[in-house]
Amino acid sequence: MARIAGVNIPTSKRVVIALTYIHGIGPAGAKDICEKNNIAAERRVSDLTDAETLAIRETIDRDYKVEGDLRRETSMNIKRLMDLGNYRGLRHRRGLPVRGQRTHTNARTRKGPARAIAGKKK
Amino acid sequence: MSRSVWKGPFVDGYLLNKVKVCHEEGRKKAIKTWSRRSTILPQFVGITFQVHNGKKFIPVLITEDMIGHKLGEFSPTRTYYGHTADKKSKRG
Repeated sequence: MARIAGVNIPTSKRVVIALTYIHGIGPAGAKDICEKNNIAAERRVSDLTDAETLAIRETIDRDYKVEGDLRRETSMNIKRLMDLGNYRGLRHRRGLPVRGQRTHTNARTRKGPARAIAGKKK
Repeated sequence: MSRSVWKGPFVDGYLLNKVKVCHEEGRKKAIKTWSRRSTILPQFVGITFQVHNGKKFIPVLITEDMIGHKLGEFSPTRTYYGHTADKKSKRG
């Protein structure tokens, strides 16, 4: 069991992969962290020494914004847009795509599951 | 892709002049503008712009948070009242 950056406990996977389970660390970030701490790509989380775990933890604390902090920053950015009352903010409020995508069809990620329209026949 | 930094922010020239005049004369009434494409600069803060949305002018009071955005972002061009719920009864 390795705890890095709060709640994340990825074991028995390669370190590069396991680190991407942390919100805010992707493949590139994970590779970067491993290189900084001289951890070989084929090493697994279970066979890391305590010192290495500590080093990884410190690197993340120093260079990366992860988990809660990152989520807070993102939601603050969205909140700022909403308070500003500009176009992007309005789209966020409405739950519609923000970056000019079409909404005639698709846009289901933002709009959620399709709702049946009463009285619509083909 | 965002705009190159070396170009500086884009603002229509006449708008800059108007803002200058506005500052020299102290607060007067809002500046009417069609220039939705102009970036909001720090010296615009506190001024009310009447930004055209294609039909009428929407009053926009510039605050510090708005710096770096464009004037047009604050003047929506589309009206959408939502769908009517009772389509069936209308068709009836």
